[in-house]
Amino acid sequence: MLNAQGRATDTGTRGEGGRATISGHRGLDHEEGLLFEIGRREVTGVDLPDIELTADRLGGLQRKLPIGLPGLTEPEAVRHYVRLSRKNASIDANLYPLGSCTMKHNPRLNEKMARLPGLSDIHPLQPQKTVQGALALLDELAHWLKTLTGMPAVALSPKAGAHGELCGLLAIRAAFQARGEDRRRILVPESAHGTNPATAALCGFTVEDVPGTADGRVDVAAFQERLGSDVAGVMITNPNTCGLFERDLVAIADAVHAAGGYFYCDGANFNAIVGRVRPGDLGIDAMHINLHKTFSTPHGGGGPGAGPVVFSERLAKFAPLPLLIHDDNGFRLIEDMQEAEAAGHAPFGRMCAFHGQMGMFVRALTYMLSHGGDGLRQVADDAVLSANYILASLSDVMSAPFEGPCMHEALFDDTFLKNTGVTTLDIAKALIDEGFHPMTVYFPLVVHGAMLIEPTETESKETLDRFITVMRELASDAKAGRTERFEGAPHFAPRRRLDETGAARKPVLRWRPSDAKDMARVEAAE
Amino acid sequence: MSEIRFTDQHEWVRVENGVGTVGITKYAADSLGDVVYVELPSAGKKLNPGGEAAVVESVKAASEVYSPVAGEVIEANQVIADEPAQVNADPEGEGWFFRLRVSDMGALSKLMTNDQYKEFLKGL
Amino acid sequence: MRYLPLTHGDRRAMLEKIGVGSVDALFRDVPAAARDAAFDLPRHAGEIDVERSLKTFACASTPAGDAAFFCGAGAYRHHIPASVDHLIQRSEFLTSYTPYQPEIAQGTLQVLFEFQTQVAQLTGMEVANASLYDGSTASAEGVLMACRLTKRDRIVLSGNLHPHYAETIRTVTEPSGYRIATGTPRPGKPEDIAALIDSETACIVVQNPDVFGTVRDLRPLAEAAHEKGALLIAVFTEAMSLGLIEPPGAMGADIVAGEGQSIGNGLNFGGPYVGLFATHEKFLRQMPGRLAGQTVDADGRRGFVLTLSTREQHIRREKATSNICTNSSLCALAFSIHMTLLGETGLHRLAKINHMRATQLADRLARMPGVDLATPVFFNEFTLKLSKPAADVVDALADKDIIGGVRASRLYPHDPDLANYLIVAATELNTDEDVSAYAAALEEVL
Repeated sequence: MLNAQGRATDTGTRGEGGRATISGHRGLDHEEGLLFEIGRREVTGVDLPDIELTADRLGGLQRKLPIGLPGLTEPEAVRHYVRLSRKNASIDANLYPLGSCTMKHNPRLNEKMARLPGLSDIHPLQPQKTVQGALALLDELAHWLKTLTGMPAVALSPKAGAHGELCGLLAIRAAFQARGEDRRRILVPESAHGTNPATAALCGFTVEDVPGTADGRVDVAAFQERLGSDVAGVMITNPNTCGLFERDLVAIADAVHAAGGYFYCDGANFNAIVGRVRPGDLGIDAMHINLHKTFSTPHGGGGPGAGPVVFSERLAKFAPLPLLIHDDNGFRLIEDMQEAEAAGHAPFGRMCAFHGQMGMFVRALTYMLSHGGDGLRQVADDAVLSANYILASLSDVMSAPFEGPCMHEALFDDTFLKNTGVTTLDIAKALIDEGFHPMTVYFPLVVHGAMLIEPTETESKETLDRFITVMRELASDAKAGRTERFEGAPHFAPRRRLDETGAARKPVLRWRPSDAKDMARVEAAE
Repeated sequence: MSEIRFTDQHEWVRVENGVGTVGITKYAADSLGDVVYVELPSAGKKLNPGGEAAVVESVKAASEVYSPVAGEVIEANQVIADEPAQVNADPEGEGWFFRLRVSDMGALSKLMTNDQYKEFLKGL
Repeated sequence: MRYLPLTHGDRRAMLEKIGVGSVDALFRDVPAAARDAAFDLPRHAGEIDVERSLKTFACASTPAGDAAFFCGAGAYRHHIPASVDHLIQRSEFLTSYTPYQPEIAQGTLQVLFEFQTQVAQLTGMEVANASLYDGSTASAEGVLMACRLTKRDRIVLSGNLHPHYAETIRTVTEPSGYRIATGTPRPGKPEDIAALIDSETACIVVQNPDVFGTVRDLRPLAEAAHEKGALLIAVFTEAMSLGLIEPPGAMGADIVAGEGQSIGNGLNFGGPYVGLFATHEKFLRQMPGRLAGQTVDADGRRGFVLTLSTREQHIRREKATSNICTNSSLCALAFSIHMTLLGETGLHRLAKINHMRATQLADRLARMPGVDLATPVFFNEFTLKLSKPAADVVDALADKDIIGGVRASRLYPHDPDLANYLIVAATELNTDEDVSAYAAALEEVL
């Protein structure tokens, strides 16, 4: 049973690495076939009458050919997805110290609140007088975000961090259009997330790298050299992707303002300073906030996120539709450009249909109310404390490229692995065998073999200590030439290292009905 | 007698009878790792020296391939389009990227010779 | 504080290890003036108080389940099987990150591979990605992709494309200097936008069923576009319709961008939803978004990885196909589970029930004086022309606990010709009583 790559199309059994079982399962570790291998087209797990359409209104456009989709009954579906779920690491079960991702505990109260019918079972276009509670919630969330950042305005609609960046840069673009200036250059530090240059390019800006200093921060002199009257702005992550606070941020902000430009801050790392430092006090003009990082909405295997953007006074009026206002009749959304302009705004456009990620807003607000102002400050304190504890506990056996203290994440490079034959990737894979999710590896790009560790504030000291013990052992094994742990790791995961090269050379991105036919043919031949 | 020249972006060009064959150097292929995809120029495309001519991708990196010299593309190497592994297997031979009719033979002398390129690599 | 495990003792021990006297010392790189801001915010609260606060918000809105409910226009209220919400709350799905370490993320990766297959089959296309934010942003990504593929800069939008989608496309493409031509919105009379296509046109964007509910044959538009070398982008907001009507792939679409909310995902006041995106295999390299691909592990066993990521921002930076970093994984999971439970058999049945419900409602309402059915060909959503402004009617109906639909003037506030039009959707959740209540209330209001 081979597919177009010449590879097995079934799950296979574990090879020499372990004792083979008859079933292919290993105790609680179940192999699970594809939905298309276990489902049948005639099966459905939903009881619905099969009505006959006597007179349809489809204008002759009824589907002619079958869709080719299998179904499962409820017990089969539950088993399929439960078995699949068990092949995933999760923050609920493991320390998940992915730097720049802020994998903190996701409180279940958030989930419960997000399912209240008055917040979930409401339509984005039902009459506004019937959704006053939902609009009040948007207003309350906006209030918290504005207060925490010290910024006067917020656009809630961006659906993720990168979408927020797009929103911020489009506001900057609109501001120059309003000023009658055509500025095209955006300065971005080398250490930036890849989304920053990608977003700037999408907005028609040309991206210019700003080098970093030996202490892991923006080189202010190099930055000032590049400034000019054609610079639209700067995009800086703060705390930055090396886990450090940009000490010269205010000077950078002053310089970019003096040059007539704007300061976009990537707020991915806001968790380090929430409840303590207001970005508005640092001269920032726009910043997105990843609600799925700082404000604990679940990552869900890669989304959905939410990326509201706060704006300074200078950019506030360019915020996109919809706008939320409060008047004698209560809350109201302005969804139309002309009405917005009549109210003194100049929206640059619309980021998406409707009003943003309400489901995430409810979760984030629940989290904010749970912590309160005092708790959020403690969040930042504990996140920074935990990262520094890791930095201090590992600095003697690993290599930290920059001097501490760090903020909420500790960065190491692979200098300590020099001539050991062990790589950053090997360390990551060995951590999997130890029951930990690896840290972020090979990012930021400015550091060789980077390992970026973000423990967050929701790990106990016991967990941190166990992680530190394992990391110290791994480092000492690598240096002592005891490389068995690293060879071919992971051994104890649902899969061992996967052939990414083969996957990219001849992509198989979907199951095809012909795969089943091939199987049938092979079976018939046998 | 054909002559091979190198750029500081790790391309090579070998010119015979006014036709240049272009590829990436062994150093470049090794640094990229397993090549999984190449995007090649179509015949007739006019290239400037240092202009973007092709793209080469591994699992974790993507990189532009710049034309070492000016000229018009005659053909692209279909073999590496179908089997990108050829770029790693024989980067400075069967793993070539494209051929072009060189319009400025004089520019060749500005590129590095084999010995110069070896020296250049030592300095990296 | 219940989410913070460190004790005071822990903190002291950790500070000692670090070698500083207090946490404040760790913030020494922050400018002194900004280091210790004061915030006028309430203090932390227990679950009981927080629940009370959230319920105050929840109680001040009318959930769809408490009314006779008929809104569509881009978001649809369907039944979600109980097992869907249970399964998406499995810790391992809910609280995992993007599957960058494939050895311990096979669950998410296989789900995405299955999702990609389901979307491709449903739309009749060759390949689909692992989802985008929502239908509107997927449409905008489709337009950007078409401009890259054709190297052209003119875009033609159907007037019957959801106005929020059109505005999203306009906003995202404006910096690139693309020119946009838009047809005129016409309920029930889809405009002939073929006339707008010229040899500089990159793509035409057509919604089906359109924002007024009309189901249309995309084939003539596909032919007209292809004749000029342009691509057809087929958009849908009601994924359920694909259980009954010809899929865009069978009608000549080159790129399909749709909203997947109505399968497995609740209304949620507009988000999070899930953008579906599919195209021809030959366009794969220009497709935005994440992709799960099949491969094998070191023991030769089948497994899945994120693949072709060189198209993406974390590698290509300013040359990426898109700036998108995230997908809508959990919503895609909900879509996929619901789709799996339905299967082809269940989806087809459900789509027929939707169509029948809408047909019954349309017939019942159109019999009334002052009500005309403006869209004779539809799936589960249609548009009525009323004898008076729809805004007043919707308002009056709401007072009778009938959420009667979306007035066209909410979407087209400056088109007086559309002031009397009301967009009405019906689904399997509407009962005979709902239909009767709607008819009775409308009669009173008109």
